Amino acid sequence: MSDAGPGRPLAHWQHRLAERGVDRQLWLLVPALIFVVALFLYPFFYGLTLSFQPTNGGPFSDYARFFSDAYERGTIWITLRIALPAALLNVLAAVPIAYRMRGRFRGKRLVTTLLVVPITLGTVLTAQGLLNFLGPTGWFNRILLATSLVDEPVRLTHNYWGVFFSLVITGFPFAFLLVLSYLSGIDPTLERAAATLGADWRRRFTQITLPLLMPGLATTFCLTFVLAFSVFPSAVLVGNPAGETRVISLAAYQAAYEQYDYPYASAIAMIMGFVELVIIAVVLAARSRFYTGSTGGKG
Amino acid sequence: MSAFSRLRLDGVSRRFGGQAALTELDLTIESGEFIALLGPSGCGKSTALNCLAGLLPLTQGSIWQDERRIDTLPPERRGFGMVFQSYALFPHLTVRANIAFGLRMRRLPREETRRRTEEAVRLVRLEDHVDKLPGQLSGGQQQRVAIARAVVFEPSLVLMDEPLSNLDAKLRLEMRTEIRRLHQSLGLTTVYVTHDQEEALSLADRLVVLREGRVQQIGSPRELHNRPANWHVADFMGYRNLWRGRVDRLDGNRATIESSGQRLLGEAVGDLRTGADTMVAVRPEDIRVDGPGETPNAMSAIIEVVEYQGRELAAEARTDTGMLLHLRTEQRIAPGDQVKLAIDPQRLLVYPADAARRTDLPASGSEAAR
Repeated sequence: MSDAGPGRPLAHWQHRLAERGVDRQLWLLVPALIFVVALFLYPFFYGLTLSFQPTNGGPFSDYARFFSDAYERGTIWITLRIALPAALLNVLAAVPIAYRMRGRFRGKRLVTTLLVVPITLGTVLTAQGLLNFLGPTGWFNRILLATSLVDEPVRLTHNYWGVFFSLVITGFPFAFLLVLSYLSGIDPTLERAAATLGADWRRRFTQITLPLLMPGLATTFCLTFVLAFSVFPSAVLVGNPAGETRVISLAAYQAAYEQYDYPYASAIAMIMGFVELVIIAVVLAARSRFYTGSTGGKG
Repeated sequence: MSAFSRLRLDGVSRRFGGQAALTELDLTIESGEFIALLGPSGCGKSTALNCLAGLLPLTQGSIWQDERRIDTLPPERRGFGMVFQSYALFPHLTVRANIAFGLRMRRLPREETRRRTEEAVRLVRLEDHVDKLPGQLSGGQQQRVAIARAVVFEPSLVLMDEPLSNLDAKLRLEMRTEIRRLHQSLGLTTVYVTHDQEEALSLADRLVVLREGRVQQIGSPRELHNRPANWHVADFMGYRNLWRGRVDRLDGNRATIESSGQRLLGEAVGDLRTGADTMVAVRPEDIRVDGPGETPNAMSAIIEVVEYQGRELAAEARTDTGMLLHLRTEQRIAPGDQVKLAIDPQRLLVYPADAARRTDLPASGSEAAR
């Protein structure tokens, strides 16, 4: 490399850069970069700086205000209390179903479609369905009452459970599709090999499939958790937005569009992002303890 | 482990949808035997192996281990070791843990598991790699882990599904010797699936040749090499010269046939009648170059293509009557040479051509090259 002629320094540099992956194809990244900067980075830093410019007090006073007010502070716990179990249930429910859905069988496409349809429904339709089905005069309670299993309607909407069900309905298809693709990435011969070595189905699952699937489950959990943590419409529509489902995004919304206190709303949004980051960091740290390489059999 | 003295496959059949993959396989395996299932791809050999392993349920038939019927048992309760074509090593477990897996599943005492794992590691000479993950090993090393993992729990039967097909030529030869050595030192009953006739001949005590899901021939390597039961087996066993012909005269086992204007004298194998269509099979190494003038099956030909193969040359020659011949010789020949060729009548095998499937037949003459 050192003997490049002095007459061609330009070509020399282009060659060295190309070896490091810097070449003209990088221009293809520009549209995506503009997109990220304009729609993510700029709003983020705008919000971040705004959150340090409160209407009154020093740069951190809006953060102090949030954490000193128990009603505000509590929204973190309320949101976590809904989002963590919902995300966990989505992942755990997706595993056995996806496990059964591997391989080919008659009607697989139909079943997959049915499982994935809730994605297309949108939160509002789901909420309306929940109200009709699980509400005090809905089908579910009418059946329970008719069969005298309960004396008065079970409250499953306009409270914690309404939001929880809504999150499961909309989050499960994501979890299912992700887990299914992670599972299909595991070479089925591995389980066959384990079988010939004397492992029954339970141990084939716990010793081979599950350890190989864990990184995928962690990623799936993170994604469904983020979806669930930013819950907003269903918290209002099928929850109790003044009380037990006053989630953190609702607090931010109220600060911004009811009190018109944008710096405070930005501070809440930053806190929300930070909580998400902490949870994801914990999960990904745990994920790195598992084998994350190729699962296609031959290494 | 449950050793057996005899494993019997009784009419084992497997269909996929309407397609028969394996039809009526009858085979008795004696303890300690090395059996090779041989055939072209799609012949049902892997299906047979998976049926034995319990990974595929049978459509018909039964498998008996001495007096015990085992084809209804799931794979984990048969106690057979299996080496997969893709090795199927557990990527998240170290070499040691991979090898120990079968012992752990049997809940052996920790000390015994450790001792037997170490033994198996030594057996396949992987002492320096026990703590690595399979992804960090070369193909040959992965193969050895797969073999150690399948034999460490001393299974009553070891099944190998084309274990060498993913290795390069040099490694394949080394591993072939290794497998033979393991079989000799451990005395494990083995069923080995391959499409490589050379591999099967060199490893197995007995060969089972399959074609389109049906057994064509069962025999020792020598039997298969010298006397294939039909022309399909001959084709597969390296009889590269296959010519169509017609029986002129039959005299006991001696058949005089006519093939593209050439009179040939050979050994009749199977049911032949005068005037019947036949297939003539000759190994390239059985065609002699420049034989003495007055022999049967003498013909003059022109050398067309020559391949250098070390001690020998492989060549294609065309006779005056237009027949294409594959031959191997130690003599120095060059394209364009006019040569005299001869074939020992005992090494020219005459088979009945199966009339039912005429489309299978390679045409005589120039199209006979297969």
